[in-house]
Amino acid sequence: MATTTLPIYTKRDFQTDQEVRWCPGCGDYAILNAVQSVFPELGIPREKFVVVSGIGCSSRFPYYMNTYGFHSIHGRAPAVATGIKIAHPELEVWVATGDGDSLAIGGNHTIHMLRRNVGIKVLMFNNRIYGLTKGQYSPTSEYGKKTKSTPFGSADRPFNPLGLAVGAGTTFVARAVDVFQPHLKEMLKRAAAHSGAAYIEILQNCNIFNDGAWESVTEKESRSEHVVTLEHGKPLVYGKNRDKGIRMNGLDLEVVSLGNGVSEHDLLIHDEHHSNPSYAFALAHMDEMPGFPTPIGILRSWEADRYEDIMAAQVTDVIAKRGPGDIAKLLHAGDTWEVR
Amino acid sequence: MATLTESPIHSHKRETIDQAVIRFAGDSGDGMQITGNQFTNTVALYGNDLATFPDYPAEIRAPAGTIPGVSGFQIHFGSNQVYTPGDAVDALVAMNPAALKVNLSDLKRNGILILNADSFKETDLRKARMESNPLEDHTLDGYRVFPVDLERLTRAALTELGLDAKSMDRCKNFFALGMCYWLYNRSMDSTFRWLDHKFQGKPLLAEANKLAMRAGYSYCEATEAFQVSYEIPPAKLAPGVYRNLSGNQALAMGFVTASQKSGLSLFLGSYPITPASDILHELSMYKNFGVLTFQAEDEIAAVTSALGAAFSGALAITTTSGPGMSLKSEAMGLAVAVELPMVICDIQRGGPSTGLPTKTEQADLNQALFGRNSEAPIPVLAASTPGDCFWIAFEASRIALKYMVPVIVLSDGYLANGAEPWRIPRLEDIPEIPVQFAADPLTFKPYARDPQTLARPWAIPGTPDLEHRIGGIEKEDGTGNVSYEPLNHEKMVHLRAAKVEAIAQEIPDLVPAGDPDGDLLIVAWGSTYGSITAALGAAREKGHRIGHVHLRHLNPLPRNLGDVMARYRKVLVPEMNLGQLAMVLRAKYLVDVQSYSKVQGRPFKQSEIAAKIEEVLSER
Repeated sequence: MATTTLPIYTKRDFQTDQEVRWCPGCGDYAILNAVQSVFPELGIPREKFVVVSGIGCSSRFPYYMNTYGFHSIHGRAPAVATGIKIAHPELEVWVATGDGDSLAIGGNHTIHMLRRNVGIKVLMFNNRIYGLTKGQYSPTSEYGKKTKSTPFGSADRPFNPLGLAVGAGTTFVARAVDVFQPHLKEMLKRAAAHSGAAYIEILQNCNIFNDGAWESVTEKESRSEHVVTLEHGKPLVYGKNRDKGIRMNGLDLEVVSLGNGVSEHDLLIHDEHHSNPSYAFALAHMDEMPGFPTPIGILRSWEADRYEDIMAAQVTDVIAKRGPGDIAKLLHAGDTWEVR
Repeated sequence: MATLTESPIHSHKRETIDQAVIRFAGDSGDGMQITGNQFTNTVALYGNDLATFPDYPAEIRAPAGTIPGVSGFQIHFGSNQVYTPGDAVDALVAMNPAALKVNLSDLKRNGILILNADSFKETDLRKARMESNPLEDHTLDGYRVFPVDLERLTRAALTELGLDAKSMDRCKNFFALGMCYWLYNRSMDSTFRWLDHKFQGKPLLAEANKLAMRAGYSYCEATEAFQVSYEIPPAKLAPGVYRNLSGNQALAMGFVTASQKSGLSLFLGSYPITPASDILHELSMYKNFGVLTFQAEDEIAAVTSALGAAFSGALAITTTSGPGMSLKSEAMGLAVAVELPMVICDIQRGGPSTGLPTKTEQADLNQALFGRNSEAPIPVLAASTPGDCFWIAFEASRIALKYMVPVIVLSDGYLANGAEPWRIPRLEDIPEIPVQFAADPLTFKPYARDPQTLARPWAIPGTPDLEHRIGGIEKEDGTGNVSYEPLNHEKMVHLRAAKVEAIAQEIPDLVPAGDPDGDLLIVAWGSTYGSITAALGAAREKGHRIGHVHLRHLNPLPRNLGDVMARYRKVLVPEMNLGQLAMVLRAKYLVDVQSYSKVQGRPFKQSEIAAKIEEVLSER
């Protein structure tokens, strides 16, 4: 087998000639920029990428990526992607989706794809609203949210996307933010390197229909007080002066101020590979409690066989045991008789 | 036309007849399907032509002895061509009162009635809601009744084996089978072989069932109860090698064959649903053919994963029944928009909604032709017999791959589970399916068209420099870029319709069976083939000039259909729906066709078609 040297890709190679039509100021531009910066560096031939999407502003993504792309139907991207991956495990399949596409109509396909650990990388652009259809509430909108379809306030409690992902047994669970470019790029690289399913919730701002949804996280003045960046092997420290931390108190997480007898040694040391999913689950739900920061980074990363590899191995095993299939034999199987 | 021959050894007479219809009926737990399948296999091997009709109960395991739990298996076998499982039954084997009650009305006058006398006690009669015992109340006087103590006799035959009562009773269906083998003069050899194979790890059970079967056979031989046994000579089928085949099995084999002939790997995305699940089961066994079967989380994931596999270059299929087709509508529309090859099988059943899962119907034609938003034409093919399912699967795959289009295959519960002898084709006689993936970046345009087929090129992920995007939004002709331009949309709508119409260029002209012109043309599709064919012969013998065209292509229709219909005074369309094909024919050809509907969850009887033919011809 001849090996060709990989061309040196640049961002240009992953850009299409299509005019990008997201609203000016949309967080999706930042995500596109990050993906187009990272893909060239992954050492993967461009023709191996397939970007699959559903329906939504998020799902316009494939049109702007110069790779094979499939803009499918609302909620079904994980299923389409699963078919691609099973048929061709060697392809690099990414899904661009949103909070509505992935967690409302697509909820079922999302959890099953993650449960199966199909080697697909999901980028879920969470803007807590339905943007494309102009402003209805979504499964991640806050309780009481007033929108076009909920003028008196939403009666729904929202999903916790990463809690759901952990619950489904996802082998790579992470959160990034559209405007934290270096961190987002790092998350994309880590997801690419992960062999099984990866689910990244990207906090994204829809400046037209839900502007400021993540303000507390992204606002320059306050972000360091409201975000804790998870790093494997490092203590959970945050704050402008790195003076706050998270520690375990019995079964509960607790915010503590460093100093006065409390040092970094008392804090939780982040462990991406912690065997018990409860730890990652606790991290996923942490910022629902008042006074807690929002964790970004990799909540959980563990290894498990990829679904497509198990499927392929079965085929190989059966061929080894029974020999390659013989159609003539198949047609003649069972009792046959001849009429002369 | 029977001839009597004295048998030298016994006092029994052996009568030669040319056909018989037997029905086995009992509880779901009585093994009636196994019994029926074994008898079928044996007569097939002997060389009779045959058709079968398994009649499954709706409930998985209704309370024993009750009406909803009755399971039946009917086989019609003969020395001539057999087209249907038979309108009326010559011999009914009823394992309990409920089975008798459900099936008696189909037994011919003076027909053979073998009853399990052990199960006609008070409690059994009550479960079947019978006021009196038919063995005593003279309601069975019009039949030749043979009450047999099946449980007692089976236990007596198996005493040596040391089995518990329940295990022994479970063998009583083989006692009944043995009796039928004697009655119709058939060898028990293939069933012995089958038992040895099935109970490989449990030789005691194999032995038990064999003993029970032999005991049943001997019982008929030894007792005076049966005075006549029957001989049905082999049929004159076209020369070749044959096997028995059910429609679902045939579909599976057709797809694997298409996979091999096209050089593409087969991908099935499916979800269990009666009566299609067996296709998934069958294909999941073919791993050494490289077949990938994916049992998805729901019907929609089944079809969309298949579409993803198609995008990546596989021969992609999905299988379901009516309710699943409804769920798949949106994805089928997407397949139309992205113009990828895929085959969707609808094994129709009684509807609407959950309907009658184990009963047959052919009322999804409207759904197949029209069931998507906007103008989303899809080619539709329909199998006529269980064996034809093989050819339809192959043809559907061929069309999908050649025209880059999703294709619907319609079958139904009756074809799916029914079996018939099938002449095994030689692989060399089955054509290759040429497939050409796009390769040249200089000439590639995602929505360029082949002038003859109007298919767009198939560029699969992994091919350098052919990167492109497809999707459900309307596309610009040629480039495939998203386009909302009004005239482009109109052009694309027409192009997609024209592509489906172009398939007609390959459909052979229809040649009616029977008379090429005359009083009446029967136009039909699907599993009505057998009943119509059987009725046609008799009707023509009366001097009527009748033709029959059985459509395998429902969209597009064969190009000469209009011409053919014009050659007859009247057109009759029998369908197991309220006239769906009839409506299409009227709309397209402005011909005043007559619709004949039956929606009872059972196939047409030959006699019903015959009566309708008479009725239509007698009208002015």
